[in-house]
Amino acid sequence: MTLRTEPVVVSIGPHHPSTHGVFRMRLTFDGENIIDAEPVIGYLHRGTEKLAEERQYTQVITLTDRLDYVSSMTSNQAFVLSCEKLIGLEVPDRGMYLRVIASELQRIVSHLIGVGFFLQELGGFGGTALMYAFRERERILDLFEMLCGARITVSYSRIGGVFADAPADFWPALRRVLDDMPGYTDELEALVFESEIVQSRTKGVSPIDPVLAVNASLTGPVLRASGVAWDWRKAAPYDVYDRVDFDVPVGANGDNYDRFWVRIQEVRQSLRIVEQCIEQIEPGPVRATDAMLFRPPPGDSYVPTESPKGELGFYLVSDGSIAPYRCHVRAPSFINLSLFKEMLVGWKLADAIVSLGSLDFNMGEVDR
Amino acid sequence: MGGGLEGNAIYRAVYGLVVDTLGWASWLAYFIAAMVIILIVVNGVLVLGTLYTWFERRVLGRFQGRLGPNRTGPFGLLQPIADALKLMFKEDIVPRGADRLVFSLAPIVMLVPTLLVLAIIPFGRGSFLADLNIGVLYIAAVGGITTVAVLMAGYASANKFATFGSMRAVAMVVSYEIPLVMALLGVTVLAASMSMVAVVEAQHLPYLLVAPLGAGVFLVAISAELNRNPFDVLEAESELVAGYLTEYSGMKYGVFMLAEFTNTIVAGAIFAVLFLQGWQWTVLSPLGSQVGFLGFLDTGVVRQIESHFWFLFKVGLFAFAATWVRATLPRLRIDQILSLAWKVLFPLSLLNVLVLAVEVIVWPEPSVGDLAIMAAINWPVAGAAFFVAARLVSLGTRAPGLGVGAAVGVR
Amino acid sequence: MYGLGVLKGFGVTLKNFVRKPFTVQYPEERSVQHPRFRGQEFVWYEDRCTGCASCAKYCPLGIIRIVTDPDGGHEQEGGDYKVEVFDIDQGRCMYCGLCVEACPYDALHMGSTFEGATTRREDLVITMEVLNERPKHPSTWFRPQLEQQAVDPFGGAPVDSGDAGREAYRWHPKRSEDAPGGAGK
Repeated sequence: MTLRTEPVVVSIGPHHPSTHGVFRMRLTFDGENIIDAEPVIGYLHRGTEKLAEERQYTQVITLTDRLDYVSSMTSNQAFVLSCEKLIGLEVPDRGMYLRVIASELQRIVSHLIGVGFFLQELGGFGGTALMYAFRERERILDLFEMLCGARITVSYSRIGGVFADAPADFWPALRRVLDDMPGYTDELEALVFESEIVQSRTKGVSPIDPVLAVNASLTGPVLRASGVAWDWRKAAPYDVYDRVDFDVPVGANGDNYDRFWVRIQEVRQSLRIVEQCIEQIEPGPVRATDAMLFRPPPGDSYVPTESPKGELGFYLVSDGSIAPYRCHVRAPSFINLSLFKEMLVGWKLADAIVSLGSLDFNMGEVDR
Repeated sequence: MGGGLEGNAIYRAVYGLVVDTLGWASWLAYFIAAMVIILIVVNGVLVLGTLYTWFERRVLGRFQGRLGPNRTGPFGLLQPIADALKLMFKEDIVPRGADRLVFSLAPIVMLVPTLLVLAIIPFGRGSFLADLNIGVLYIAAVGGITTVAVLMAGYASANKFATFGSMRAVAMVVSYEIPLVMALLGVTVLAASMSMVAVVEAQHLPYLLVAPLGAGVFLVAISAELNRNPFDVLEAESELVAGYLTEYSGMKYGVFMLAEFTNTIVAGAIFAVLFLQGWQWTVLSPLGSQVGFLGFLDTGVVRQIESHFWFLFKVGLFAFAATWVRATLPRLRIDQILSLAWKVLFPLSLLNVLVLAVEVIVWPEPSVGDLAIMAAINWPVAGAAFFVAARLVSLGTRAPGLGVGAAVGVR
Repeated sequence: MYGLGVLKGFGVTLKNFVRKPFTVQYPEERSVQHPRFRGQEFVWYEDRCTGCASCAKYCPLGIIRIVTDPDGGHEQEGGDYKVEVFDIDQGRCMYCGLCVEACPYDALHMGSTFEGATTRREDLVITMEVLNERPKHPSTWFRPQLEQQAVDPFGGAPVDSGDAGREAYRWHPKRSEDAPGGAGK
């Protein structure tokens, strides 16, 4: 006699401990194995692109804070870069350096959270690594508070530079964080990446073929984990990335382990970049213009930037008025989700959660 | 029949009180005295279990760089009471599709085996409810009932996450019973008895030192039985929300949690008895016999009280270690857990029994010296066995294979 | 697969176990906000405000409501308007600070606190009276034009928290001395 078995459809999310916000997966299971997967998104749609059309360019900066709410600095930067190209503004050096310092710190924060959640999703009780990550993140958020008075929704970048120069007490505090960070990163690596349990859980799981990754327009650490050394900071340097020296860490197998390993390596590279920025930064104006109202000439612009999640860019169309005629967000989180089904099908439920986490997406950016 | 109780001071006091003062029949006195002891033991252990909820959260907090609960009472000690109150006042929801009877029975079935095991645990010198001559077997038998409770809860909840959790539980616990029993068998071979008291008395050296392999297998298997990290796939918060507990709320959930935490305490007690010399170890009585004016420390009462202390100390050590593991290790996947059980733990436990059996043939009724020689043999054996197992067995991930579902044609 | 990595992990957690916890026990202990902190309790100087409504125009959410009387005793063109209503709906405010940046007369500043919870939405609307009565602890989040004026809060010299009427800023001790990796260096 044969037992008749049926596939079971389980809806994971929108409210689930590890769906990174309000994301829903319709997974079809055969026992523990996933045989079909479908992402359901849109629970956090706020109409950012439409809202941007109703606002002046400066005001849109506040909306970009809320796209990827764990890395607002890079979103701010991506938007103002696009605006500057549209308007044709030259940004003073100090402003660019400050922007880069802020974005690299933000990249550290974002990757810390990604790696912290990694152990949480693997089942570390209460997310020990996550708690450590939050502890370090807290110190960097303190730095953001010094820079711009806010911790998460920073709105620090301005069209033509940054809002204001860093206060004097920012630099010693930054120094302290930079001194502590490598030791801390070692600790996190020892806890997470050297553990045999983590390795056996994640090595070889959900590998993404480099060709497939490129064809699916994956960007950021997810792409680099597959072995494609593509980084907009190298490919088309914006701000001062052409003046600093850093490596692009690349994974070998494109599996879950590599995707997180690339992130923790990028933390080290970001620290290098910040160190060099501190050395190179010189006194001077931080902002090209005090103006808040812009009327860019009709035209369009797009500047790809490397956000912690991948290629983030704002495609702006101007009709000569004070607000963008069209503002499209090329959101890396959203596009990285395109291989969702390929990554999940065939693996087990426990792997699916980790694979999903390894994309390190952010629903604020996916749904916009 | 009550063989263990005569040595207990409380039992004798109550028994004497009833027989001598009230002049009641001796069987009634026995009944009343036994009830008093049972009351003390059950409540004592349950209180320990609730305290352990506090302990684990505090210690876990420190491991994670946090503080843990510290708002209720001194050091947050009243947190378990606050939790219990909160759970009691919560609405007790039974989902519409649930099997009401099984749903409500499951928490009880979960808690009862925990309490049943208490019957045979010697908590101190002469403090045990029953010196069962098949004590070790009894642990294995009663401990297995917990699985039924998990299966009941998962099935009755009519929730997919709960079903997943309980299915995993059955697969896992069935696999881990075998190495667990094998590890217990090693102890039995060494002590030449299944009685818990006899095991303690035969431990001139802690069996942790004598049979490291058995102790290791026992620790791994027991943490699987307890559903603790790295084997907590039943609840698997990041995957299954709360596993078989997903639909439970209110005090039913509370009972599950209580049973889970009490289980850890009981497992610590079993480990202490089987591998850490139980109540043995003493500081006070040699002190009393050496130093003249401290002679009162060498009396029976003091010795008994001290034995309780050492027992609790060992349980505390186990609890701390369990929390430490929980703070550090992520979860294994269910297939890895099963292959760990069958490919690693099962052969290791067999090897353990084999080596110990041979040694016991050579040194029947081992003395301290014999045990030391055994330890000297067993440690290299354990190391070599671990090395070989680590070389041969990989828990890594194989390429995905589509199972039955692919044939069904869902894609 | 010898478990050495796992042992290392145990070492890391044990190291953190003996370390002091990082938690700041909020109601009793407080970490001090930086003077630049963009907080609640907007500071508004009625004497400086001309009623130009720049702040209202630059607010991305349009939560500032200003009603002015053009005849409020200032007949001359180019003079001040008399501000009759100045409401800020903090319930919708996201504390971006664009209003402060837009104000050409430094009449509006971000505040310092973050504990403005109320039980009713309506209470979150702060009116002119409230703004006038409440103690003024402005944030140093000024508009950058100040750099070209006599007041130069960012001219290189450290911002003195006292000037802003606030507690001197320091990193909370738990965030510096016991910093991870700090002791080993």
